Amino acid sequence: MPEGTESHQVDIDPDTLHNDAHGHGGARARDKTSAGVMEANSQEPGKRVLGPAFWIAVGWIAIIALAAIFANLLPLPNPNLTGAGPAMAGPSLAHLLGTDELGRDLLSRLIFGTRVSLVVSFASIAIGTAIGGSLGIVAGYVGGVVDWMANALAYIILAFPPLLLLLAIAAFSKQTLPKLVAEFAFLSLAPLFRVTRGATLAVANREFVQAAVASGAGRFRILTREILPSVLPSVISYALLGVAIVIVGEGSLAFLGLSVALPTPSWGNMIAEGRTFLAVDPWISLIPSLAMFSLLLALNFSADKLGERFGSREAKL
Amino acid sequence: MIVFVISIGVFLLLHLLPGNPAYAILGPGATPLAVAKVTRQLGLNKPLIDQYVTWLTRALHGNLGTSYLTEQPVSTTIGHAFPVDLELVILSQLIAFALAIPMAITAARRQASILDRIFTMSSFGMLSLPAFVIGVPLVLAVAVTVHWFPATGYTPIYSQPITNLHEMILPSITLAVGSVAIYYRLLRTDLIATLQEEFITLARSKGLSNREVMYRHALRPSTFSVLTATAINVGSLLGGAVVVEYLFGLPGMGLLLVNGIYSRDYVMVQGVILTLAVAFVLVNFLADILYRVIDPRVRHA
Repeated sequence: MPEGTESHQVDIDPDTLHNDAHGHGGARARDKTSAGVMEANSQEPGKRVLGPAFWIAVGWIAIIALAAIFANLLPLPNPNLTGAGPAMAGPSLAHLLGTDELGRDLLSRLIFGTRVSLVVSFASIAIGTAIGGSLGIVAGYVGGVVDWMANALAYIILAFPPLLLLLAIAAFSKQTLPKLVAEFAFLSLAPLFRVTRGATLAVANREFVQAAVASGAGRFRILTREILPSVLPSVISYALLGVAIVIVGEGSLAFLGLSVALPTPSWGNMIAEGRTFLAVDPWISLIPSLAMFSLLLALNFSADKLGERFGSREAKL
Repeated sequence: MIVFVISIGVFLLLHLLPGNPAYAILGPGATPLAVAKVTRQLGLNKPLIDQYVTWLTRALHGNLGTSYLTEQPVSTTIGHAFPVDLELVILSQLIAFALAIPMAITAARRQASILDRIFTMSSFGMLSLPAFVIGVPLVLAVAVTVHWFPATGYTPIYSQPITNLHEMILPSITLAVGSVAIYYRLLRTDLIATLQEEFITLARSKGLSNREVMYRHALRPSTFSVLTATAINVGSLLGGAVVVEYLFGLPGMGLLLVNGIYSRDYVMVQGVILTLAVAFVLVNFLADILYRVIDPRVRHA
């Protein structure tokens, strides 16, 4: 086996062990159990490489993203064009993945369907990271009342089951793409805030920060030049995981028919639609299921590798 | 405190709707007379804070309003649906633990062994299989193709327990997949960390066998983060249960919620969301207490 495929061989390293042990449990587990190991962790850059498997995963995400962005330029029939081919046909040269129950091209629907998932997930996590992340850095470094209040607020938000909140909003108002982005961005605020805050707390009193303070650097400079670079890797790896979680959330909503309205294709609603024809033509629903699985796998895997590489305790849920 | 914030949120949901909430409560085709009656009953012409107090007092007494569709009290309907969720969540967690604990013990005992690698890689796979992705292939494989399990249907557990279990296995497995991965990864890393501690070395030096060390000394201190994760996980399980019930046609809270959303039965939606949210907070609260019971270090801290 090539080195990179053995992703977990590195776990023998006791540092990673601690990272892992306290990463999965979510914010609360971390608070209670990891105080002791927090300081003991040191990073060893350069020792572990990301490996080819990581780059394959990243490449796959990139391919999917590019296909979604340039979907209009690809030689594909309109995803909503019914009767583009015979209904429920198998793969052919004209329709590489076959057609669905209305004769729509499955590959085209699959690629255009990626757009909803990717736009919602990347946009909402970007907003969530920007706002939650900066709040987290400031709260973590400044401390005091600001920190206490922001932290308490995050706890209250986290106390509500997220999908339930989405369903509640979907029940009482119609979903649109911007609205979905706003909802998921709001939901991602609290977790991203807590991760950034935790990472900031861990480095706030390290020597290099004290050195900067001693040499007369201002607060803003310390936050952006000293702390930001050292918390960024763990925040990014967590954000990648957030993207996967948002994709699952949007997919669940779409599966229930409560995301963007039909006939706009999205992987979730394609799976739900194809379900009716499971006995006749399972591929209609299996193809988007496989696509979803592969994308999530790539996201989870690369997020995990990044977290591992940068010795981040906060990388996992 | 948190329950209080939630109750305000759920109360305000009805007011997110454009127009008089009475129309929403009565559904399409409400007569002016009925609207006037509901308006008076809920005090919709009074200030918002009064309305909230009225609503909360009733909710605390178990009165969540009446569905315009079934014309039955929402609390009665929820009373019938809740056991389904309870059974689904408990079964799925039993399955998850039954798989994750032995997997983690095997993997932690011999790190980097072939089994360890297989388990760890497959845990990535399971992590990437939300209910709506794994559910369809599962139904296809064991219900449509070989007819081992029914794809839909529900019999209450108290009338025919065997039929009930037979019908619940597939939904429970669907819900359990993600949990297995989470618990396995947590327990594996915690076990490995515990096995390196001094009291384990001491136990070994006393001449205890590997098995005794693992089950009597290492397992218990390694289970705390799994326990916490379980409590946090209940939130996503509730979400997953909605999808699973929709997929398998189980008459639980999730199906109630989704159907309520489709048929614009807002009182029902409000009631279901309030119940589930409160249940979630309670589970987390109980887990906090349980945590103290199991781990004396937290108790005395």
